[in-house]
Amino acid sequence: MADRRRDWWDKEDDLPVYLARPGTTDQVPRQKFGGMFCSVEGAYESKTIDFDALSVGQRSSRGAGQRAAARGSASPEGGEREREPEREPEREPPREAAGQPGDRGVGIISSTGGAGGKELLQNLDDLGSDRLLIKGGRIVNDDQSFYADIYMEDGLIKQIGDNLIVPGGVKIIEANGKMVIPGGIDIHTHFQMPYRGTTTVDDFSQGTKAALAGGTTMIVDHVIPDPGSSLIEAFDRWREWADEKACCDYSLHVDITHWNDSVKQEVESLLKEKGVNSFQVYMAYKDLYQMSNSELYEIFTFLGEMGGIVQVHAENGEIIAEEQARMLQMGITGPEGHVLSRPEELEAEAVFRAITIASQTNCPLYVTKVMSKSAADIISQARKKGNVVFGEPITASLGTDGTHYWSKNWAKAASFVTSPPLSPDPTTPDYLNTLLASGDLTLTGSAHCAFSVAQKAIGKDDFTQIPEGVNGVEERMSLIWDKAVVTGKMDENTFVAVTSTNAAKLLNLYPRKGRIAVGSDSDLVIWDSDAIRTVTAKTHHSAAEYNVFEGMELRGAPLVVICQGKIVLEDGKLQATAGSGRFIPCSPFPDFAYKRIKARKQLAVLRAVPRGMYDGPVSDFSPMSRGGTPSASARTSPTKQTPPVRNLHQSGFSLAGAPSTEETPIRPAGRRIVVPPGGRSNITSLS
Amino acid sequence: MSGFQGKKNIPRITSDRLLIKGGKIVNDDQSFLADIYMEDGVIKQIGENLIVPGGVKTIDAHGRMLIPGGIDVHTRFQMPDRGMTAADDFYQGTRAALAGGTTMIIDHVVPEPGSSLVAAFEQWRSWADSKSCCDYSLHVDITDWHKGVQEEMETLVKDHGVNSFLVYLAFKDVFQLTDSQIYEAFSVIRDLGAIAQVHAENGDIVAEEQRRILELGITGPEGHVLSRPEEVEAEAVNRSITVSNQTNCPLYVTKVMSKSAADVIALARKKGTVVYGEPISASLGTDGSHYWSKNWAKAAAYVTSPPLSPDPTTPDYLTSLLSCGDLQVTGSAHCTFSTAQRAVGKDNFTLIPEGTNGTEERMSIVWDKCVVTGKMDENQFVAVTSTSAAKIFNLYPRKGRIAVGSDADLVLWDPDITKIISAKSHNLAVEYNIFEGMEVRGAPLVVISQGKIVLEDGNLHVTEGSGRYVARKPFPDYVYKRIKARSRLAELRGVPRGLYDGPVCEVSVTPKTVTPATSAKTSPAKQPVQPVRNLHQSGFSLSGAQIDDNVPRRTTQRIVAPPGGKANITSLG
Repeated sequence: MADRRRDWWDKEDDLPVYLARPGTTDQVPRQKFGGMFCSVEGAYESKTIDFDALSVGQRSSRGAGQRAAARGSASPEGGEREREPEREPEREPPREAAGQPGDRGVGIISSTGGAGGKELLQNLDDLGSDRLLIKGGRIVNDDQSFYADIYMEDGLIKQIGDNLIVPGGVKIIEANGKMVIPGGIDIHTHFQMPYRGTTTVDDFSQGTKAALAGGTTMIVDHVIPDPGSSLIEAFDRWREWADEKACCDYSLHVDITHWNDSVKQEVESLLKEKGVNSFQVYMAYKDLYQMSNSELYEIFTFLGEMGGIVQVHAENGEIIAEEQARMLQMGITGPEGHVLSRPEELEAEAVFRAITIASQTNCPLYVTKVMSKSAADIISQARKKGNVVFGEPITASLGTDGTHYWSKNWAKAASFVTSPPLSPDPTTPDYLNTLLASGDLTLTGSAHCAFSVAQKAIGKDDFTQIPEGVNGVEERMSLIWDKAVVTGKMDENTFVAVTSTNAAKLLNLYPRKGRIAVGSDSDLVIWDSDAIRTVTAKTHHSAAEYNVFEGMELRGAPLVVICQGKIVLEDGKLQATAGSGRFIPCSPFPDFAYKRIKARKQLAVLRAVPRGMYDGPVSDFSPMSRGGTPSASARTSPTKQTPPVRNLHQSGFSLAGAPSTEETPIRPAGRRIVVPPGGRSNITSLS
Repeated sequence: MSGFQGKKNIPRITSDRLLIKGGKIVNDDQSFLADIYMEDGVIKQIGENLIVPGGVKTIDAHGRMLIPGGIDVHTRFQMPDRGMTAADDFYQGTRAALAGGTTMIIDHVVPEPGSSLVAAFEQWRSWADSKSCCDYSLHVDITDWHKGVQEEMETLVKDHGVNSFLVYLAFKDVFQLTDSQIYEAFSVIRDLGAIAQVHAENGDIVAEEQRRILELGITGPEGHVLSRPEEVEAEAVNRSITVSNQTNCPLYVTKVMSKSAADVIALARKKGTVVYGEPISASLGTDGSHYWSKNWAKAAAYVTSPPLSPDPTTPDYLTSLLSCGDLQVTGSAHCTFSTAQRAVGKDNFTLIPEGTNGTEERMSIVWDKCVVTGKMDENQFVAVTSTSAAKIFNLYPRKGRIAVGSDADLVLWDPDITKIISAKSHNLAVEYNIFEGMEVRGAPLVVISQGKIVLEDGNLHVTEGSGRYVARKPFPDYVYKRIKARSRLAELRGVPRGLYDGPVCEVSVTPKTVTPATSAKTSPAKQPVQPVRNLHQSGFSLSGAQIDDNVPRRTTQRIVAPPGGKANITSLG
């Protein structure tokens, strides 16, 4: 697949003008010379050690130039490897060093095959790959890191420990002390999303391949039913698409795009029978997906009772609609209008509102696509107040900013269009990474939703028509490593937590996913913390012509990716099988979110104040309207006030002793009352 | 006392010319000792050894403080509610105000949704002109939003001296406006140079919560506060601040009742938003624990929206924010109903008419809670009780300051008087006082309104109908200087680009939906209908028509960018 794409690029070497070759015009690749984590440019060029020749079990069949494009520039890679000999002895247990002298990378050998086993084994999936042994890796979970071997069989981790007793005929991967992390979980993708008759360029096959290439072994896609249509039918359709094409395990969120009783039933059956535990609602897209506050309240209440997770797309759609009209009227039609009409305040406002409603209804909240500082601040404040809220920054918001909307190159500017938009404040990515490291933001997705330039050009004369979405599924893991771990904001364990473990916990898939433990799925990544690659549309696995991270140099990349117990990425070679991905059902009431919710439900009990019946005088009133000038007819004679007419049907003086209005409900005696968390405890003490 | 005729020309022997000797004049910026000479309701001279005509009534202040008369920015006297009328009418209400040292009130006109703003305004004017004992002005509430409202607002601003409009984020299906309507209303208000006031509570959530609480069998007044948690207030404050930022419209939050709402305002001010917060007597003086009183009538007397916070530390917190300037003005939101009127909601708290007293107690409560405790000094006391209000609503320096040429609305303030607030002794028509039994220090000794002594030795001498309507001009400097600068500064420009001439994907012009089409539901795997190119709808039009032609244009609108945070955008343009 990768080769095919490269061919395409080679053929079209002379790109049309409108495509102004990525990375060459105005986006300057990051230059880092002599920084703390940087290698000096050209420092390794004249070094002569041939690592390929030294490594055991690897045939040096690859021409350096041939692979240069796929693995980034050759010289830094060589440099990274060369530095290792000094560190190796401390990192690696002695037994490994003795066994494989001189091996600096990760090697795969087979106990059956000879020296040339690698190529052979990769192609013999059915024979060799059910059983895998990773030797000498440092296992990194979200709580600790330790050295141990991992033995996998039938897609599951069977044993972890030293000196494992394994059957013969096992493929062995020498990790040489490199980190072995749980495969990433991208909790937010939009593969193969239909959009006004077209479909995003990355379908489930292309998208999951890109995911695997980046070290992500599970994705969670969003099902977006047409407003008015059936949720379950849409869900089935997405399942069908994904089952046919997905190369890695997947799960699905379902978006609630309209709300009524039948939707409610469908949500219930999705939760109970179909394995969906998270539902997204939209506060934006007026007159299309947008929900009113009352609907949000009902949905939140319902999902809070059923044990689902509420995800929100948080932007104030009403004000956006007004701002869009204003921008267009001012003659701003380019992509910069997109960000101008969606200022970050509107995102923060909607987040605030969603949190308020979630807190009222005692429902866990998940904010998708945290794109701005203000929105992140609101989430972190709410967490400090004790709200159960989770924030999901995405690859784009962690890695780049919204200054590109002002690019003179329309196609480039349009490729950044997503909602909420990237913040034009260039300090945003750094800020979000810090909050991610500190735990105020909980997990990461990519919101990968790639459109080709031709598709984006639907909105060439009107930014509101530009299909929204950016890439990021492939870059997510490396980007977080580069921005957060390399800079010292977070350690490798937190890295695992935000890239996979927290997502697995929220989806109620933990510890099956998101952890390296006996019994977990064997979705693993051997992570090379030193690899450097430059992100570019030329080499990425997405089908889009633009990459929003174009030219960015990222440190840290997967060396080997194992998905369902099979090696899918090794030596930069992707071996994925479309259709091999399984749907992983999620169950409701994930402990990660609901333990607290349940406790709160039990804790706060309120009672009405028992009072004697009020038997004093009661005024007459007309229950029709509340306040205002007495009546519309009185307008002509303003000084005169119509005397209130006594209406026995409506007054409180009823001989039958009936309550004054019909709305008064019957009091169920002794009902217990649940109070939303945070701030009401003082009430109970008063009752 | 109750004579209706002859508003201004009732001859009073003492009051035309007045000299106050030896007082300490307290303005919001400084205090100094001087004599004051007043004539015809206006301050004529300030200084020492004034040369005054003979036959002047002289008051010896003995070094006591002379402060500008209080301005109560929020009252609802005589407010109609479902055929009932608030117990305190303009006479009773302004009389109570004067007794407490307040010499001007600004009342809210509440037009019935769908009816004319101007007609309602005229009606309120006629009520107030006939009954008010002190100067007054009027805010107009926008209870409905359509084209006609906009024109009426313009009339009110240009011809009737109204410069503030209140919109409701609460009271669903009655007064509540949607976010889009609020956005439009704020845009209009900004263009007119007026102040946008909000009643900030999320009405949608309140409605849901009310239903839930009633379902749970809670029908008493405690249900009122349970269904309106302070978070819901804070949320609405946050939302209105966002909208006002977007529209570059100054915002005034009425009735700040909770810590969270006050925090949101304080935070927004730190970010540079032009927003003002108005705590009221009730939120500064008492808390919401009384909603749980076993006495229904007492509990019901506290019902107001947003409700008093059950958190007993709230008053202290709000007075602190008032002292540090995060909140700026104080009102009373005085809107009283008798127990019989409240009893309309005896079986359903949602029907209890809302409002608390406070116009009489306001000055004393602020003095007692803020000045006596050392949170603020006497100058700031003047600022929060009158000067800031006068500035925001463009009455300054006619009101809110003791200066030559200002109205002779003065209060001789005695910081040492202690009195106990009680329904027995208050000047209101209702049976309950929510501050019952509270001991406050500081009270007016002499109150002078329009150059006439109305309170002396504890005796009120008010004249029904003597109050004048005070017209207010738009674009108050205090508020609009910043707004104007911001609208000049931030001009948005598009990026000049060549025409995109690459391939364009064809689309069906139906809305931005996602799953192909409803009809395709039965065959889910099949891809949607092939998009058909429709020249009428595509962007390739030879006539120069744009895809956005159907978007309504507002031709006269100025280009305004929200403050704080967009500067980096323009620099990139």
